[in-house]
Amino acid sequence: MSRENRIWLIVFLIGAAALLGRAMFSSQGMAKAYVHAVEVDRVQVADPDADDETATKWISAEDAQTQGITLPAKGSDDRITWTRYDNSNYTAYSKAVAANQTDYQFSPSRTIGTWIAALFTLFVLSFLIRDNPLYKVAESLFIGISAAYWMVVQFWDQITPNLIGNLSPTLVRNWAMPGLGADFQQDLVYIIPGILGIMLLWRLAPKGGWISRWPMAFFIGTFCGLRLVRYLQSDFLTQIRNSIEPLYVKSVKTAADGSAVLDAAGNPLTGFDVWDSLANVILIIGVLSCLVYFFFSFEHKGIVGKTAKLGIWFLMITFGAAFGYTVMGRIALLAIRLEFLFDDWLWLIDPTDKRVEAVVSMLGLY
Amino acid sequence: MAQLMTLGITAAFLILLTFAVISWTNFFKTIDRRWVFLLMLFSVAVPVYVIGKTKQTFPEKALPLAQAVFDEIEKLNEGDKVLLAFDFDPGSEGELGPMATMFAFHCATKKLKMYFIALWPLGRQMIDDNIEKVIKPDFPEMIYGEDYMNLGFKAGNEGVINVIVTDIKQLYTTDAYGRDINQIPMMEGIDNIQQMDLILNVSAGFPGTKEWVQYAVTPFPHQIRLVGGCTGVQAPLLYPYIPEQLPGLLAAIKGASEYESLVIGKYGGDGISGKYLEAQRRMGPQLVAHVLMVLLIIAGNIIYFVERTREARP
Repeated sequence: MSRENRIWLIVFLIGAAALLGRAMFSSQGMAKAYVHAVEVDRVQVADPDADDETATKWISAEDAQTQGITLPAKGSDDRITWTRYDNSNYTAYSKAVAANQTDYQFSPSRTIGTWIAALFTLFVLSFLIRDNPLYKVAESLFIGISAAYWMVVQFWDQITPNLIGNLSPTLVRNWAMPGLGADFQQDLVYIIPGILGIMLLWRLAPKGGWISRWPMAFFIGTFCGLRLVRYLQSDFLTQIRNSIEPLYVKSVKTAADGSAVLDAAGNPLTGFDVWDSLANVILIIGVLSCLVYFFFSFEHKGIVGKTAKLGIWFLMITFGAAFGYTVMGRIALLAIRLEFLFDDWLWLIDPTDKRVEAVVSMLGLY
Repeated sequence: MAQLMTLGITAAFLILLTFAVISWTNFFKTIDRRWVFLLMLFSVAVPVYVIGKTKQTFPEKALPLAQAVFDEIEKLNEGDKVLLAFDFDPGSEGELGPMATMFAFHCATKKLKMYFIALWPLGRQMIDDNIEKVIKPDFPEMIYGEDYMNLGFKAGNEGVINVIVTDIKQLYTTDAYGRDINQIPMMEGIDNIQQMDLILNVSAGFPGTKEWVQYAVTPFPHQIRLVGGCTGVQAPLLYPYIPEQLPGLLAAIKGASEYESLVIGKYGGDGISGKYLEAQRRMGPQLVAHVLMVLLIIAGNIIYFVERTREARP
């Protein structure tokens, strides 16, 4: 083992020991998640709004009682109860414990979730030291889970309601979406996108891969047309119109309290607005000089060259601003991860009062 | 006087930095990049810890773009319809989460009718998070289906926008929880999003604010009004749309912080929960990390010029 690896191993062991000590031997511990167990009670009653007299709907037992409906026995086919676990926190849990309530509970599964999230955050950040197996594990899991999640979401949010739902509403209503309206009608036009979708998947077959090119051509053509029109409208024509600004801007003069200054006749007094005029002049010069920079039909010499150089300055300032914004974004991302580690995992800080009764010392040691 | 002192101290510090960098050019040139990472980690971690402990934030003054977003929502009356498009995921929650929270809080405070929608697969979870975080605990009187509703995620990117600007029920047969859209009171009489009084978009990339401008605002400039918040990376690309196509924009965490200060300033009160101060809390790490970044850039440039001067010597 090299000297560097030995140092890292010692650092990790000290860190792990500190974590273990804090989790096991401090009074409040750390990274614990709590839930609020809510009993859900639903009863099946006749639906007076439906055309079908036999139609029923599920409502809460509380609403049923308010409406004067006699509740069926628990466990019968017309009444279902289950427990829902909402996110909670230590503050609510400790208050409930003090009041001898049992509906706020410690959640082992969500606590494990917090630990996994924290450890994977550290695994990903470990890439800054150098590429390592922990980072690879985190990266691979992230990619795999994302791909699976994407597939499941697409199936339930798109294929089920929009394709199968339109082709066979009854099937989808009985199988997956009981909330789908009874008046929802079958629409066989959706066979066409269904066939196009199947054709697109044909590229996975060992033969006939060319079949997938037809729907692909259809999608590309449609999107090209759609995008061309929209880009022309929003990013070309409207932008030209927005760039046509007055170089001499007049604005209404205002008093210290923000009200308009009036002349003798009671009309608002207007005057030359230096800053708005300057802003418009810079805008026009910037647009024209940048356009000249990208105009290659003339050699960039003389006045054209100087204007193009000015265009480069404008572009550089834009890139600088973009870089500044990017830095800001990345720091915000780091800040939220550290907030998570300090707040939800280590319980060192509590900016949202999740652990009001837990007093944490500066170093997190008791 | 205080400003002069600050200026003097800054100038002295920069001179010292210059001398230090010139004296140890070789050391700074060959320094392991991991020390820079560690420095950056501390510059963010220390303010996160201190602000998390003290719950003190820096004062914030809203600039015109954040003020414009605030004013657009302020113009609306109780019962007006707002489409909240949450086009982001946990990857950008650090920047966009506070905006989404504040949009939901502002709309709920003004008793606007909120229609949540997402063009990103994880956008639905972001919507659910905000319903759990803002509406359910702080506005328990609001009823799902009457005051707010979640239309959930639909795949299709800009294609979704292109459809719902003219016919929302062609794509949305149920809400995010599988309830028939025709049975939801808020959807009564809603045929398309042109009927919304305002669209609020929180955008992390594609599809996002750019697509809402292109496919919703541009074809229907008199019917659809849009304001939004975006990541820092996107902001420079969206500025050309201001103010004609996009009257207001919250750019990155700074925009979120300004908007947060406006909303909390008007509706917050003294005992406002820390969950509504997320953006202002995150401006502390921004300040320290940006100062470090500026110093590193200055140091890098000094090294460059020192090297160039040395190379030019015979």
